[in-house]
Amino acid sequence: MSQVTLNAAQIAERLAAIRKIIAKAKRFDTFFAILGLVSLMVGVLTLTALIADMAIRGLPRIDLDFFTSFPSRRAANAGILSAWVGTILVMLVTALAAVPLGVAAGVYLEEYAPKNWMTDIIEINITNLAGVPSIVYGLLALGLFVYHFGFGQSILSAGLTLALLILPVVIVSTREAIRAIPQMVREAAYGCGATTWQLTRDHIVPYSSAGILTGVIIGMARAIGETAPIITIGALTFIAFLPTAPFTGDPPAGLFDWVMAPFTVMPIQMFNWTSRPEADFLVNAAAAGFILMLMTLIMNGLAIWLRYHLRKKIKW
Amino acid sequence: MAPGTQVSARLKKNPLRHGKERIIEGILFSAAAFSVFVTAAIVYILLSESWVFFQTVPLRDFLFDTQWTPLFDDAHYGIMVLLSGTITSTAVALLVAIPFGTIIAIWLSEFAGFKTREIAKPVLELLGGVPTIIYGYFALIFVTPLLQKIWPDLPGFNLLSAGLVMGVMIIPYIASISEDAMRAVPMSLREGSYAMGATRFQTAIRVVMPAATSGIASAYILGISRAAGETMILAVAAGMQPNLTFDPSEPGATITSYIVQVALGDLPHGSIGYQTIFAAGLALLTMTLTFNMLGYWLRKRFREVY
Repeated sequence: MSQVTLNAAQIAERLAAIRKIIAKAKRFDTFFAILGLVSLMVGVLTLTALIADMAIRGLPRIDLDFFTSFPSRRAANAGILSAWVGTILVMLVTALAAVPLGVAAGVYLEEYAPKNWMTDIIEINITNLAGVPSIVYGLLALGLFVYHFGFGQSILSAGLTLALLILPVVIVSTREAIRAIPQMVREAAYGCGATTWQLTRDHIVPYSSAGILTGVIIGMARAIGETAPIITIGALTFIAFLPTAPFTGDPPAGLFDWVMAPFTVMPIQMFNWTSRPEADFLVNAAAAGFILMLMTLIMNGLAIWLRYHLRKKIKW
Repeated sequence: MAPGTQVSARLKKNPLRHGKERIIEGILFSAAAFSVFVTAAIVYILLSESWVFFQTVPLRDFLFDTQWTPLFDDAHYGIMVLLSGTITSTAVALLVAIPFGTIIAIWLSEFAGFKTREIAKPVLELLGGVPTIIYGYFALIFVTPLLQKIWPDLPGFNLLSAGLVMGVMIIPYIASISEDAMRAVPMSLREGSYAMGATRFQTAIRVVMPAATSGIASAYILGISRAAGETMILAVAAGMQPNLTFDPSEPGATITSYIVQVALGDLPHGSIGYQTIFAAGLALLTMTLTFNMLGYWLRKRFREVY
């Protein structure tokens, strides 16, 4: 075996070559670390520009009158009273429909469902529904709620539409929250002779409630900003009256008068103002958008905070 | 009486308790099965309402006509026109979302420390949670005038600014799914790569990304389906004139913005003009469903690898 002996100069030369390669590779590393940060900044800057732009344009317009006035043909007199009241009422219907249904479905899939083709179909279905564009839900609601069931363009139709839309979000987060509960809780309950329902009611649902709440909030934050499906069912854009206050009419039928009332919601009001040619209405749109943005940011922020604290607090 | 019987009598199935359990299980099952009903209802409504439409308009015209003028006397129903708007805006959005989304995903999964990730992920989540109507307003009022400074000929409504903003909207979506895929790559592969003297960047590009290919591909595909189904940004910022073009600097209508346009108008239910929105919706659903299925299948595959 022949040995190549190197003199000192050759060793130094090769070392220098190797160091050069290393330095080049490390430069790439640094470059990419910066590139990543810059990419993230693109997102952050867009978010900042978006909020700042709307704040600058819209904030001067926001005062008490803006919240207590109906929309008007004169931009300076127009307000969002019917819009925010409508949003709250629609959200009420959405929550009442989506939360029980979503939690029940999530509990079934985690605690009851046998491993068979039927469960598989349900699971694939839910994944699929999460990917259906929101406007398709609008078409479904138009055909089903508005015309087949005869609910018309009412708060009920809109609330149910949005409930269907956020159902997958609620189901998925319920399942994730339940899955985080360790198996030993179930074993202990069954060991004491509890039935599945007793286990679910007394342990599974209470322990996962914070996680479920996070999912519900994220779902509601999404529903509050949804515009397309509500436009599709034919919501009116100019509403200058309020529906009767919930649960105040003559019982029993009068209690639910409000659900059949025509309505408008925040994003629709904003869309309506955005699509007008007069510049004054764009200011109104910015103001309404800023408030809508604030609502969703607060809801999303609450969900993030809740999840963060949950993770820190629970030690099984 | 034998000593054992009393105990076994207590352990006997209690019909009341058992019956209640079964009833509750049935109720919970029907809640879960409701999702199947929703899917069935979507398909049924779209098919039955489109059926009315396709009895007047032959499928061949729907697919191959190059004009979309359902509201004129000389009505043409060529879905291709709306499809071109959808494809153009989706392409612009992906040109923004795929590079940025992928870089952010690599950065979050391979470069960022725990603390940075804890801050960056919620910010991305907030970005994804902004209502699309607000993005639409932003595209129309902020991005378009900005682009017009560089490019004075750009019309006030155009697919470009709508597509760009839509791209930013999809970044968090692509980033989070790709990051999940990359983090699912086992640590041992990275350790092997580092042991061979590779840098983080080399490891990320040559080891982690190839191992997570199917997951990343599924993120892109789900991004496409998300972009194709996006409505309000396009309805606000891209104008609503049907326009057979693949040039993003022109205004155009997409399948989704056309549906909004008709819903805002005062066409009577049952007229052929009105029924077009269900046919358009059916085309959209077919498209997004295909992409979703493909994405779902790819994601399932990468999960099973390790």
